[in-house]
This record gives sequence, structure tokens and C-alpha cells, in this order.
Amino acid sequence: MILRCDLGGQRYVFSDLKRLMAAASPRRSGDELAGLAAATDAERVAARIVLADLPLDTFLGEALVPYEDDEVTRLIVDGHDSEAFAAVSHLTVGGFRDWLLSHEADSDALSKLAPGLTPEMVAAVSKLMRNQDLISVARKCKVITAFRTTLGLPGRLGTRLQPNHPTDDLRGVAVSVLDGLLYGVGDAVIGINPATDNVPNAIALMEMLDGLRQQYDIPAQTCVLTHVTNAIEIMNRRAPVDLVFQSVAGSEAANRGFGVDLAVLTEAHEAALALKRGTVGQNVMYFETGQGAALSADAHHGVDQQTMETRAYAVARAYQPMIVNTVVGFIGPEYLYDGKQIIRAGLEDHFCGKLLGLPMGCDVCYTNHAEADQDDMDGLMTLLTTAGCTFLICVPGADDVMLNYQSLSFHDVLYLRSTLGVKAAPEFEAWLDRMGMVAPDGRIRELELKDPRISHMLAQASLVA
Amino acid sequence: MDDVARPTDPWSALRASTNARIGLGRSGDAMPLKAVLEFQAAHATARDAVHTPLDLDAVEAALQPLSTLRVKSSAPDRPTYLRRPDLGRRLGDEPGPDLDAADKGADVVFVVADGLSATAVQMHAAPLVHACVERLKGFKIAPVVLASQARVALGDDVGERVGATLVAVLIGERPGLSVAESLGVYLTYEPRRGRRDSERNCISNIHGKGGLSYALAADKLVWLIREATRLKLTGVKLKDDVDALAPAAGGALPET
Repeated sequence: MILRCDLGGQRYVFSDLKRLMAAASPRRSGDELAGLAAATDAERVAARIVLADLPLDTFLGEALVPYEDDEVTRLIVDGHDSEAFAAVSHLTVGGFRDWLLSHEADSDALSKLAPGLTPEMVAAVSKLMRNQDLISVARKCKVITAFRTTLGLPGRLGTRLQPNHPTDDLRGVAVSVLDGLLYGVGDAVIGINPATDNVPNAIALMEMLDGLRQQYDIPAQTCVLTHVTNAIEIMNRRAPVDLVFQSVAGSEAANRGFGVDLAVLTEAHEAALALKRGTVGQNVMYFETGQGAALSADAHHGVDQQTMETRAYAVARAYQPMIVNTVVGFIGPEYLYDGKQIIRAGLEDHFCGKLLGLPMGCDVCYTNHAEADQDDMDGLMTLLTTAGCTFLICVPGADDVMLNYQSLSFHDVLYLRSTLGVKAAPEFEAWLDRMGMVAPDGRIRELELKDPRISHMLAQASLVA
Repeated sequence: MDDVARPTDPWSALRASTNARIGLGRSGDAMPLKAVLEFQAAHATARDAVHTPLDLDAVEAALQPLSTLRVKSSAPDRPTYLRRPDLGRRLGDEPGPDLDAADKGADVVFVVADGLSATAVQMHAAPLVHACVERLKGFKIAPVVLASQARVALGDDVGERVGATLVAVLIGERPGLSVAESLGVYLTYEPRRGRRDSERNCISNIHGKGGLSYALAADKLVWLIREATRLKLTGVKLKDDVDALAPAAGGALPET
């Protein structure tokens, strides 16, 4: 296969598919760190011109990460649905971009196509799409999942309430949960990152969250984001596990860096299904991903970080997850340098996840050594909500006091609901209404401190733990 | 006391249990301006901790009477440093003849590295070095090396050049909004290029906002130095014992 392009009087030659994909990627610091990025803007466009003419089925014949070496590649290749792929098998990558944007490619067509797509095809086409293309196609994808709430319905935006605490103080966590509930946040999951990752600590947090959920009869799922092997042990001990969490990446070696493989994920998935704790559905897994994860584990196989990220979605979709999110700005400026790169990556990840059939959400976030601030987050959350993002992560005041980074605030969700008209999951919305928290015009009330509803909740919070 | 019933903020009692930004109130749907400005001030402090250059003269003065040397990593400036962690891990081309001229065969060399918070280093590095040196009577200690645009692994290059048995890298940790001046220490036995993180021991969260005190951190580090010298190693095999010595504090993420 000859991969070359003459542009502006210069010939650009790409030695293989991996290099072509990396060169076609929008500029980002992680690919530059890995030595994979296009050397010039012109080379980047030349790579896109070559990629546009490449037949989409090229990716079925040529693995970027060798089949023999990598169980994620085997999962992708062995699980490919060629019947579903038939609808677009005749297209080039560029033709696929045009087809995705066509009116013919509606929600049903995209849902049927999803099992026929590989991560590499999806990553490739995303490199030919502008931000607005990523938004408009993702918005057409319909992915519905359910446990105690139903996520992904049209006109809805879910939220994860993330009540982290530097020492896992149970009362401190409970207080943050209540703060979020008062803003109507938490329908996707009430999920805490433990400061100390061990089994007894996770059980203490789980029991407290489950106690709160039952006390207020909240239709929501809880999760302690402990390692999947801990979750298996915790389920053996019969502690209340709703969703099983794990960070995953796009290669076997990178997953090994996380201490997991497909077998242990399968074991955890089956154990969680057996608990039958969901009321309106049985999607029991929660995965997090993020561009740069494979490179930081030195397990990227010379593949660009956006393609490696998309391969992580192949891992996720094997387990019919309730929710998946990219932690887009969390991994640091050596992978995504500034607000522009973070925003682009957030839209790519959401698009690629949705096209592969995942209930894709996002932790709209940044660290203090990145060139980004809350203005950039305002942009990304507005764009993602427009794109039909399944859920966003929120912490009190946008400041995660345990992980030391900035995400979205509960207030941000109120802004998105009123500005873009998106609602919480129907089961959760009905609960908010029962609790008297919804005003006649649909807004979340700002309750007076002396209001019995708020004073009752605060009193209960003091009793917990 | 007061006969007039005063409206109390029910959040104030709850704030004792968390430093999260709870109960902020609302301006319509948005955060009240006071909370917005407090957040911006904290973010500005954290960013300044990352971007303000380390005042090497001041650190040197605070380290007296200990002698010092200065080195730079291969990262020429902060933007490059942030994008290219690999360059921050290697000595630059012009580290000066100082390192090679330094006395060979020290037991310990302290490297004071700016890392991701020059503020942390400015505040805590010199007092911590003094506290350690006091506790290390009988050890041969090399001149303190001040390293700019440095990551933890730069200590491997420095330690190898100086020929020290152990390198202790004192480095500014990634700043958070609540603590922007947290110092970490990484100890490595027989430092040389290519050492893995699993071959180091780390003490993090040394700061004055509920973190480890200088005395506790120095006790912990000196214990590690003695054990590392005895066992001729650092890393995971030392890890389990040290955790019992002093409780780990919550706070900033370690910089690696």
C-alpha cells in the first residue's frame, strides 16, 4: 500500500497505516511526546487527504496492534459483525464521513451499524471531522442503558455526583452527596473515588451510600470506584455493589498496567449481573478511559493516543456498560496541553464512543498545570450537551478536593438544563418532583435553608456515619 | 445569650467534615460571585505555583551553611517542561563542571527540584533539608544540588554524576486548589539513569495545611535512609514498613 500525497509542491510519504493515522490527528502534546505527530501543519493535512481515500475495510485487513500480541485486537477482530458492516463496506474513510453526515444515516441506521465498526475505523473518520461534525453525528446516535434510572433518552442529560473527600470521611462524603442532590445531580451515578483503595474502606463507603439511597428512596445507582478485583471480593462479602468500576485502556499491555485483563472484567461483570440489583435494567458496569493512558503505560505500540483511546471503547462495549466516560483533561498537559486540545479530545471521545454504541459521558476537567480554566470547561460542557452527551461529572464548586483537579460544579448542570432544555433521567426527575424540589416551570428550586425539606435532609445527613 | 433568634447557616456545622465547596448558594442558576472569585483566586495561586520560577538565591541562602550546586534539566523553559516530561528527567548539556568536581562517594545527596510547585520548594525545602541533616550525624552528605525544570528522575542523573549512594529528591508536587505548596521526597538507592518508580520510596504531602510536618517528614526520610543503607535498596521492599511509621496525609498528588 502506497500512502503518499503531493501537496503545495511537496511530496509526503507515510510509511505505514499507524504513521498515517498519527499524522492525520489534530495536533496534541501526547503525540508530540511520543514522536508520532505530523511535523508540520501541511503534513497533517496531507495525511488527511491520503486517509480520506483509504477504503474503510483496510482496517479489517491490517491491524495497528498485532493480533498475536494483544487480546484487545483479538476482541476487536473476532467480535466484528461483517453483516452490520455491509452498509458502509464499500466506502472510503472520506466517503464514510460524508455518509455519517447524511440524513440517511439516522439514529436507527447508526445503531444497526455500530457492531460493524472497529475502533480504528471510527478513530480514522473522526480525524477527518471538524468539531461540528463530531457534534452533529454524535447527536444522532441513540444509546439507552438502564439500572435504577434510564439514561440516553432524547432531551436528557445525566450527571454523576462525585462526592470525593481527602480522607474518605463518611460524614464529609454524605454532606457532599446532599449538596449535589439539592441541585438535582446524581441520576447517572453517585460515585466516589476512594482516597484509600482497599476492601474494608470501599465497603464502608458503599454501605453509607446505599444507606443514603434507601433512606431517601432515591432511584439512582451508587458506585465506589475501587479496583475491579476489590469489587469482586466485595461482592463475595455481599456488600451492596450496584455498578462495578474499572479504568480501561486500548491495549492488553496498558490494561495490565491497570492490573486487569478481559478475563477479570468478565468475572466481575458476571458477578454483578448475578446480584440483580437493577430495577429498570441490568447494565452493571462503569468504565473510565482517557487519551494518554496507553502512552503513559508505555503500551501504545506506536499508535496515536486518540486511536488507542478509541480501542479502549472496544473493551468497554464487550460488557454492556451502564456508563462510560473519558476523563479528558485529567491525565495532564503532556497529553492534552491546553483548552483547545482538551475540548477537541472531549468531542472526539464522545463521538467515537457513541458511534461504537457506548453510553458515553465525560469528565469535563483540567489540572492546574494545563493551560485551561473554567471558561474552557464552559465551552466543552455546552458543546457536549449539544452533542447529546450521556452524562457529565460534577463535584461541589467544581473543585475535587481529593484528586486535586477541577471538573464541573452542580451549578453548571442547572445552567445546562435551563439553557439547553435537557432534563434528568425520568425516574430521577419523578423523585425530585416527589421531594418537592421541582418548581412548576421545571427548574430545580433553590430551597430556603429553613424549608422543612432541606432541614430534614441536612438533619439526616448528620445522622449518617 | 442572644434572645433574638438569628438565622444560622446549617452548612456551617457540616463544613467541619469536609473542605469541599459545599452550600455555596446560587445567583439564579449560577455560582454566586463571591464563590467564583474565591475559586479564581485559588486557581491563580495554583497556577503561579507552577509557573513562578524558583528563587535559587533565596533557597541557597536558606540552606546555609550547607554548600550548594546548581543544575538545569534538558527542558529549556516551563512550556517545554510541561509538554516533555522526558526532558525534565535528564540533565542539560551545560550542567557545569561543578557536579564532576564535587567530592565523590557521599552517602546521600539532596536534590532540591522545582517540579510542579516552586512555591512548595521555596517554603519547605531548606527547613526539611536542615531537619534531615541534623538527624544524619555520621553520614557523608554531598553539597545540596538545586535543580531547575526538574522531574523526579533528574535525581538519577545527578546522583550518578556525584557518585552518591542515595539521592533524595525534594520536589514540588502538582498543586491543587486547596494546597498549592505541597512538597514530596523521593529516595533512590544507587541512582542511575533508567531507575524505575518502583525502585524509589516516596513521602508526599509535606506542607503546613494539615500535611506532614518537617520533623515527621525528616524522621520518616532518615528512617528510610538508614534502612536503605542497611538493605542496600529502595523501592517496594521498603514500602510496607515505612507506612506504619507516620500516617499518610491527604492532599496533593505526587509528582512523578
